[in-house]
Amino acid sequence: MNHSELFIVLIAMIGGAIRVSTPFMFVALGETLTEKSGRINLGLEGNLVLGAMVAYAGSYTTGSAWLGVLMAGCSGLVLGAMHGYICKLPKVNDIAVGIAFMSFGTGLAFFFGKPYIQPLAPKLQAIPLGFWSSDPNIAQALQVNPLFFVGIALAIFMWWALANTRWGLIVRMTGDSAASARAMGVSVDLVRLLATAVGGFMAGVGGAFLSLYYPGSWNEGLSSGQGLMAVALVIFARWDPIKCVYAALLFGAAGALGPSLQSIGISQGYYFFNAAPYILTLFIMIASARSKSAAREVPGELSLAK
Amino acid sequence: MNKMTVSRRSILKTGLKAGAAGLAASALPFGLARAQSPITLGAVYVGPRDDFGWNQAHAVAMDILKQVPGVTVIEEENVPETDAVAQSMESMINLDGANLILATSFGYYKPFVVETAKKYPDVQFRHAAPLWNADTDPKNAGSYFCYLNQAHYVDGVAAGLCTKSNKIGFVAAKPIPSVLSNINSVLLGAKSTNPDATVQVIFTGEWSLPVREAEAANALIDAGCDVITCHVDSPKVVIQTAESRGAKSCGHNASQAPLAPNGFITGAEYKWETIYKIYADDLAKGEELPNFIAGGYHNDMLRNTAYGAGATPEAMKAADAAIEGLKAKKPIYVGPLKDNKGNVVIEGTMDNYDPVLDGMNYLLEGVQGSIT
Repeated sequence: MNHSELFIVLIAMIGGAIRVSTPFMFVALGETLTEKSGRINLGLEGNLVLGAMVAYAGSYTTGSAWLGVLMAGCSGLVLGAMHGYICKLPKVNDIAVGIAFMSFGTGLAFFFGKPYIQPLAPKLQAIPLGFWSSDPNIAQALQVNPLFFVGIALAIFMWWALANTRWGLIVRMTGDSAASARAMGVSVDLVRLLATAVGGFMAGVGGAFLSLYYPGSWNEGLSSGQGLMAVALVIFARWDPIKCVYAALLFGAAGALGPSLQSIGISQGYYFFNAAPYILTLFIMIASARSKSAAREVPGELSLAK
Repeated sequence: MNKMTVSRRSILKTGLKAGAAGLAASALPFGLARAQSPITLGAVYVGPRDDFGWNQAHAVAMDILKQVPGVTVIEEENVPETDAVAQSMESMINLDGANLILATSFGYYKPFVVETAKKYPDVQFRHAAPLWNADTDPKNAGSYFCYLNQAHYVDGVAAGLCTKSNKIGFVAAKPIPSVLSNINSVLLGAKSTNPDATVQVIFTGEWSLPVREAEAANALIDAGCDVITCHVDSPKVVIQTAESRGAKSCGHNASQAPLAPNGFITGAEYKWETIYKIYADDLAKGEELPNFIAGGYHNDMLRNTAYGAGATPEAMKAADAAIEGLKAKKPIYVGPLKDNKGNVVIEGTMDNYDPVLDGMNYLLEGVQGSIT
């Protein structure tokens, strides 16, 4: 691999990180909020797929891609609120409900999404941040979708709000000790319902990115498990919104490795390179979860931690 | 639920048959028992029938058959290559009275089509891949297959005259013989009109993985390819990505022309309706269906998508000439040809339907990429 080829791979990985990371980021942020409140919503894959379908349908029927994004968020909000409400009932396991909602969300999306596979909907426009470069590859890699920045801003806001606001404190308290929250007069179920609903909204917006920007069309194989992977990224990011962004970027960059290595002629062993994101996640997960302090970062009320 | 009803029905059916041993229905040669009743064709698809790809190609053909008087078409989509397909086929037979089952996905064949065919000897089964074995498989089953690489060759002929960088990008799913043959045919087609043309291939490793397909198309364009084509289940994402990057594109399986109003050149398409009409006619006449149909341009089982805005006049002329050649069975693989590791893999001239080509396990010289 000579100098310029290394450069091509590097550009492709930066481009891949920017292009592919956004849905992971939104789902991971939504899941972080939900898990911070003490509940796990494994159904976000369903929110992601339904969000993708609703966004595409919304953009197609209204002609406005941003309205589609909003509708996708609302569809996620409804699914999240349903999950939150059902988990409030006695003796209900949130993980089992989450798995049910994963199938429910994707099934709903496939059922109502049929008529929207063929038509072409208006897509979200990118911001050409690579305008300064005469190299078309750099210019292309730096075509950034506004939702990418919304995701980063959201992460910073969540990080700040969880640490510094009264609402953030309440969410963390219900997540760490439901008993103390009740003692403070906080309705644990209401907080969790809201956290799950808002988390669902974010995952729906992540789905909108898939169908309205990259890869940019609605079909039934669109997500191929990205929502599930993003839920795993939350554990990998130790329930920290900022680390969720890093994790999503890393995952996007690693995903671009396989195709870009083949494009410069390193084509042996592409199955291995295509598996790179998962291998990477596994290793960092093992490394990060081994530390003693890692146990303290898990919200105490999670059924994982109990 | 479904499984239970089906199995109860089959028990009843077996019981009846045992009681009425020697009765005409079970004693007649296969395929004739229902010859007088209306013709019902049941098609099973592995994905959505409007996926801009493999399934759509079949569904388009079934839509044409719906217009034929006396033919009823039933379809089921998104049927996975598991026991689910056996259940779908059984319910088409038992509940809808299907006389012919068209199983359109590669993984349906073994064991599902073979086992179901043994269980229902009066019903015909045809599977869309050359897997039927005359010695071991039931006589009421069979295969049909088209050599799409001929239409990819035509794509290559046109692409060779449309590329400015002389690099054609190919997004491929898995390195199986039919995919490799399509890649090699694009190369040979392109070289016939542009000796400097090369093909660069990226394997995604899966039949349907939209995000990685988009990444692969982007990587090929970044590497300098200015015509993009593919062999994945649903080429929608690849063609759209090429169009949005300003690259030209050639389609695969079904027509993707509407997705690329500026850069579409032409595309390799199946013409399954030719085969399906043969089946429907034979059923109507009460004749035996052929167990094995293989076809290409010479027997009207392929077509190329109507030229798009990306095709230059010279490219159209050359591609039309190539189609005429293929109709006259002009060979694509004319030896000696080397693979991209330098070994001679084809020594003489191969007929376009030579069974040796079905085992293709190499990329020809001029293709950048590796199958491992």
